[in-house]
Formats: sequence, structure tokens, C-alpha cells
Amino acid sequence: MGQKSASSSAATKVSSFVLLIIFVTLAVALAALVLAVQAYSIGNDVVAVYLLFIGFIGVALSTYVLFQTRQRMMRLRIETPPITTTIECKKCGFKNVREFQRGDYIFKEVEPCQKCNEKMLITAIYREVREKGKTSFPY
Amino acid sequence: MEYAKIYNQAFASFSEGEFVNLVAMLTALQNQLFQLPGGDIFSQILTLVIYAFIFISIFYGQRIQLYIMLREVEGSLYKLKYIRDEGRRIAIETIKEIGKPQTDPTVRVDRFLEYFTISPQSLDPAGVVWKLEHILDVRDTRFKDEVKLIAPAADETQANNLENTLEAAMALNYIYKVIRHYYLLGKKTLSLYIIMQIQMILPMVMREAEAYASALKAFAYGQPIGDGVGALVAAKLMHGYPVRKIPKDCVVATVPFEGRTAYVIKAEGPGGNVGKPGDAIKTIIEENEGKIANIIMIDAALKLEGEEIGEVAEGVGAAIGGPGVDQFKIEETILKYRIPINAVIVKEDIGDAVSPMRKEVFDSVDKAVERIKQVVLERTKEGDKVIIAGIGNTIGIGQ
Ligand SMILES: [Zn+2]
Repeated sequence: MGQKSASSSAATKVSSFVLLIIFVTLAVALAALVLAVQAYSIGNDVVAVYLLFIGFIGVALSTYVLFQTRQRMMRLRIETPPITTTIECKKCGFKNVREFQRGDYIFKEVEPCQKCNEKMLITAIYREVREKGKTSFPY
Repeated sequence: MEYAKIYNQAFASFSEGEFVNLVAMLTALQNQLFQLPGGDIFSQILTLVIYAFIFISIFYGQRIQLYIMLREVEGSLYKLKYIRDEGRRIAIETIKEIGKPQTDPTVRVDRFLEYFTISPQSLDPAGVVWKLEHILDVRDTRFKDEVKLIAPAADETQANNLENTLEAAMALNYIYKVIRHYYLLGKKTLSLYIIMQIQMILPMVMREAEAYASALKAFAYGQPIGDGVGALVAAKLMHGYPVRKIPKDCVVATVPFEGRTAYVIKAEGPGGNVGKPGDAIKTIIEENEGKIANIIMIDAALKLEGEEIGEVAEGVGAAIGGPGVDQFKIEETILKYRIPINAVIVKEDIGDAVSPMRKEVFDSVDKAVERIKQVVLERTKEGDKVIIAGIGNTIGIGQ
């Protein structure tokens, strides 16, 4: 869909400022971690521990927020799974599966069969959902 | 420890009663928990920060929680607005594509989205069903006229689909507005309870909104939806036999079925339409002067979480949803003639019911037909007349 990209870019525009803040925090936190290693190497244990502390909190916080905003953006899209139309020939059993087109409906007579010139019939229209991680639920 | 002393001094002004105990306890706890290397300025700052944190969460905890909730609602509201706008856009685009209006339909669509229906007064409930039916009829006529005006080039099937599309867009608009109302009210009053109420039901509301959004797409394209499984069962049974129209917006076919005569009823497809099965069943019963051995209704039903999608179950009663007018009529008629009524349902959740039909639901049609056969064989004698009514929106399903 053409319009979908336009509206999802509007969604990213809103969070770009937030993203900037997240990345700045991440950078500062990483710098703190590097400094911590440096401080440890010159033997300043106490400073190293605090820098490490700050660094870890910074990294954890920014990655958490980043993950959350990403998830929100992902959830914003209304997904449309592919919908298939099955066309069958009553006479010879010839089967044809294609994508759904506007105007299709179940029990509609469509173009004649390629083999026997008999009119074919739409026998099924459905969408297939792949179950994501069907968890074994013992109850 | 040195800093313990400092804090005892700092909070000397509070040193009364149990509060001292609390401070002492916290200090002891902190001594054990935060044994960081060195008792220098760093650890003192850290302990200060911890105290500040404790006091902030004691006095401002609820306030902070409130803002977190508000933010959560805000996020969902943003998503609802997006869904609403998408729905409106798809509706307008579809109208432009198949309705070929002379003027821009946007203004009319926006006006349509604000349309409301006032349900009849039920203070004196006697006869309220007929009032409700009348109001719904008026609404239906009004919608059909409006769609004809907005999309003059659409044929009957397309007009029905457009009507359904607009109704879904209307529902999305309404959900968005209600959530926005509570969000703004909560923000204005900063009342935890207003915000909490809306935050609590938010997951359900979002699910419903997503269901309407996918329904809208299915309606716009004319795809069969999960709710149409009852109509599909009826269509399978009646396909190949001559059909005739009966009131209102329904079709019936007389089908020989296991040595019985079956009147198979469904809403007239393939446009988006649920018909009035109550009137249809009543008509067939009266045509046969009440000599109907059994009625079997097939419908999609909401499944509980954990139940398998496409599961077929069987029971008794009038299996039909909606505002209740049709169920009432069916029950009235069968009571008059004392006709037993059975129901076969196909289970699916709300999202599946209004979005394009899933393969599992489609495959359950054969199972449902088998069940109907069983019921007919067990509950009726050879030569009897039975009514088999497939309930549901017949969009994308012919006959
Ligand atoms: Zn063929």
C-alpha cells in the first residue's frame, strides 16, 4: 500500500526526538563504561565502580526505551495477511489458487477451465495465519 | 559508620516516636546493602540519592504512577487515532473507486461518521423489541440512502459492502472519541480513578479496535469474514438448488437432505448483509403452517481463550447475535408452534470473527455440515421438514 509508508513515516517523525535522546544517553553510558575500564587500569577502584554503575544503568535504560519505542512502531502497522482464492473445475477437478481480487466471492462462476472449457467456480476464499510460536499449554 | 551519624543529625528535627525507628532501620539496612568500597564522598552521595528516592516514592509515588498510566493511555490513543484515520481513508478511497461520485465524498463521509442512533426507552419494557426493530429499520434505510448518494455508481452488492465499511469506520471513530474523552478528562482532573478505569479496559478496547480495523478492510474489498461461517455452511448446502428470495434480504432453497426436506436459509450474498433471519424463519414456518420438525441454526460464536479456533459445538436455542430482535422473533414463532430448536456453533475469537476468514474456520464448514447431518438423523424422522438457517454476515459468499 502506497499510503501506508506515508503514515508510518509520520509515526517515526514523532519519535525522532526521543530517539536522539536515547542515543545520546547510550553514548554517554558507553563512554562511562570506557572511562571505568581506564580508571580501573590506573588503580582508581572506587571511581571505576561508580562509573561502571552509571554506565550499566545508562545502557540498560536506553536500550529498554529504544526497544519499547520500536515495539510501539511495529504494533502501529495494520497487517494484511495474503488472502487466497481457490478456483475449481467441477468437471475435471482442475484447481487453481491465486491471490484474492476485488469482486471475488465464494460460489462465483469465473473464466472457463483451461482443459475442458467448462465454467469454473470459486470454492474457497481464506487467509492462512502462521501460528507464531504455538506454546505447548498443558491444561 | 560515619555517614550514619550524619543522617541522624540531619533528621534530628524529625526525631520523634516511630520515625526515628524507621530511619534507624533504613540506616541499618543501607549499611548492609550498600557496602561499597570506601566510606568517602561517593558513598555519601549515593546514600543521599537513595534517601531522596525513598521519600519521593513515599510522597509522589501515586503521582508518578498516574503519569505513567496517562502516558500508556496516550500511546494507545495515538494508535487509535492512526487506526481511525486509516479506516476513514480506506472508506473514502473505496467510495471514490467503486462509487465514482461527482463531488468529493470526504465531507459527507465525515458527517456520516458522526451519525448516532438513540435506542428506545425501556422503562416500560413491554413491546420494546418492536420499537427497537423500527428504529433499526429507519437507521438501515437512512444508511442505504446515504450510501446511494455518496456512491451513485455502486451496484447493490457494492453498496452493501460500502455500508458495512462505513459502519466499521463509524465504530472506530466512536472508540477513538470515547478513549480521548477519558484521557483528557483524566488529564484535566488528575484523578487516579478516572485514568485507572480507562487504563484497565484498554487492552480489550484495543483488541476490539484492531478487529474493526481488519473488518473494515475486509468489507472494503468484499472478502468473506469469520462471522460468515454460518452463511457459508448454508451456501454449501443450498448450492446447486434453485433459490428464492424471502423477507428480509434472505434467500431460501428447498434441499433434499438425508431423506428429509430441508429449507436452507441464509442472508442474500455476496454483498455485506446479515438479513433478517427472524422474519425468514417465521415466513417458512407459516408457509408450512407450523409443520416443521426441527430448526437447526448455525452461527459463529466467541470462543474462550484456550479453546481451539474452528471448533464445532452443538446445543439448543436460537444461535443468533445482534441487537436481539431476530432472536426474539424466532423464539416467539417456535413457541407458538412448539418447534424444537438446535444450534451448531463454530468457535472463533472476536478478531477472527470480523477479519477475513481463516483457513481453520473455512475447514470447519465440513465438520459443521457433518454435525447438522447427525442432528437431523437423530432428531427427525424420514419425510420430515426441517429448517437449516446459516446466520452471519454473508459478505463474499454467494449461494
Ligand atoms: Zn475442467
